[in-house]
Amino acid sequence: MRLFLLCSRAPPLPPLLRLPALTLHRSWSASPHRWRPFGAAIANGAKLAVADINAKGGVDGRPLQLVIEDDQASSASAVSSFQRMVKQDHVVAVVGNWISEVALALEPWATRLHEPYLITGAASNDISAYVHKDYAERKYTFHAYFPSAFLAAGVCAASHDVLSTELNMKTAVIISEDAAWTKPLDTSLNQCLPDSGLQVLKEIRFAPDTTDFTPIFQQAESLNPDVIISGWAHVGVQPTVQWANQKVPLALAGINAQAGSSAFWKATNGATEGVATLNVAAPDVATTPLTIPFTNEYIKAYGVTPAYSAYTTYDAIYVLAAAIERANSTAPDAVVSALEKTDYVGTQGRLQFLGPDSQFTHALRFGPGFVTGVVIQWQNGVQKCIWPLNLANAKPEFPGFVKLPKLASAN
Amino acid sequence: MLAVQILIDGFAISALYALGALGFTLIFGVSGVLNLAHGAILVTSAMVAWYVGTDSGGGAFTGAAAGVAAGVVTAFVTYGLVVRPIQRSKAIPGVERELFVLTGTLLWGVMIQILLADVFTTTPITVEQLVSGTIDIFGVRTAANEVFIAVVSWAVLGLLWLLVNRTPAGRRLLAASINPRALTLVGVELDHVHLLAWGIYGVIAGIAGVLLGSFLGTSSAYIPALTGTAFAIVVLGGLGSVSGTVIAAYVVGYLETLTAYLVSPSWRAVPALILLLAVLYFRPQGILGRR
Repeated sequence: MRLFLLCSRAPPLPPLLRLPALTLHRSWSASPHRWRPFGAAIANGAKLAVADINAKGGVDGRPLQLVIEDDQASSASAVSSFQRMVKQDHVVAVVGNWISEVALALEPWATRLHEPYLITGAASNDISAYVHKDYAERKYTFHAYFPSAFLAAGVCAASHDVLSTELNMKTAVIISEDAAWTKPLDTSLNQCLPDSGLQVLKEIRFAPDTTDFTPIFQQAESLNPDVIISGWAHVGVQPTVQWANQKVPLALAGINAQAGSSAFWKATNGATEGVATLNVAAPDVATTPLTIPFTNEYIKAYGVTPAYSAYTTYDAIYVLAAAIERANSTAPDAVVSALEKTDYVGTQGRLQFLGPDSQFTHALRFGPGFVTGVVIQWQNGVQKCIWPLNLANAKPEFPGFVKLPKLASAN
Repeated sequence: MLAVQILIDGFAISALYALGALGFTLIFGVSGVLNLAHGAILVTSAMVAWYVGTDSGGGAFTGAAAGVAAGVVTAFVTYGLVVRPIQRSKAIPGVERELFVLTGTLLWGVMIQILLADVFTTTPITVEQLVSGTIDIFGVRTAANEVFIAVVSWAVLGLLWLLVNRTPAGRRLLAASINPRALTLVGVELDHVHLLAWGIYGVIAGIAGVLLGSFLGTSSAYIPALTGTAFAIVVLGGLGSVSGTVIAAYVVGYLETLTAYLVSPSWRAVPALILLLAVLYFRPQGILGRR
């Protein structure tokens, strides 16, 4: 019942895509997830992609139609949205979600309803592991973002090149929010950081509704590490501000996802100066020829730089449109096999999905030549890129209160 | 060392809790209103302080002043638009009036929350600190802002005590909390007393909101939790008792800090909630409750 195919004439066409992604009004008690911009960035990135594709003539000459729905950061609302979209609106695919718990709840529905589903903001390893365990049945889900293990790999590669080699750091404390995406992240970080030259002294996990981070920073400081490796997405403003206000003498790197948006400077009153975070792309850095034009288009439309989920969603919609065009069909199985043949240079790098043999089935192929992420650091109020070294437009710089190890001068 | 750290950190956060809950208990004591829009008023102050101070570039002091002013305005609007009409309505039976005020302020708080989310989004922000830098206290590096917050909180508590105990207007407030009927019999217009109480409440909530926003950050999404925390502290201390509220704020603040330091930051809020349950069970009037 894909009406999209049956309509042979001009618009209006039924919706092609739907995003159960926006998180507008949420209750504190029901959900610890409070960061709206990741959901808004998903919707904004999708709107720009659809507008751009339609401006160029749409898919096979037909415009895409996008309908956006807010899942309220709740798995229950997301599931009913998903069902409504597939059964009533006959959408061709569903794109979005930045909360792993919600994405994991939707995957069985993509399986049951044979609905192509591209996850563009959530990171849990379980998303692609789910597909891997029963590929034939569950092949409809694609993880168009990095699993936590790949995020950790990015953090470790950057730690090796910048923190260890360039800055002579030797020890780290991992401080992570307690959420589905950070469990595999921490496991991977514990494994790969030592290989990158950083000994992990301790892993501190905290509840996402923590407001006073003083005890956490004090505990980290008492161990005397060179750097804090963060695993933060649901939180960001408070720990960053308290880190700066309390002049915690430890460098702050890792993943501080909220720091990826330019709105973070004003939100923290500039306390984010010196904070480094892994992101999928950086403003003013041409990871690919598409990165800067998209970033500028986004800033023009929305007044802030795109958060990570805007880049991933923008790319995912292009990947999906290309797959439908290649398949010359919107039938789920045809779209899925076309998606599997994706080889597309997007805003974040070259995108391919891993096959059923990989334990990360249908996750993005990660590594040099594909997508690696970039590390951005706030310097004098702007986001600079400090990694990968071939794309870097700045050297790492930290605020005066951060104690840096002495550089090995002998060699 | 750890003990000093816990002492200092707990003191600042407890002082902030005391200030945050003070207005809530004051307005209950004087006019019998459980104002469930309390968190919304705190966050409105903080948001306005951020908007004027940071977003529009007005500076920390202008921002803080605007935040406190916003607290007063929101308090008066809450009283004039929600509380007073319900209290005066002839359609509502007397016995149910408190319940209607409770529901009215709850809904009003939700409306403010949605409005703030619409205007400022739910993105957390932080109010610029009035003082920056760090101070060394017995070898513990402490943010100057934390010390400032503790000092201001205690100054506000002291001023409120002076006002209530040493000025005629304050005595009327006290009298209204003990026996409002007698107060009207001696010729005092109860409306004026309530207006004064809501004005003082607005100032206290405004200051608390701005300080909270500078220490812990703020967002419209924090509103239910802030109302909840204030409510819990006030219930623990005894509804309407200012000194009970201060004691309860310190009990909760130190219990949370001890847990965060000695057990795990993830468990921070748990023991305080268990204590609250225990108090409700064994001593429902609270630590210094009057009933």
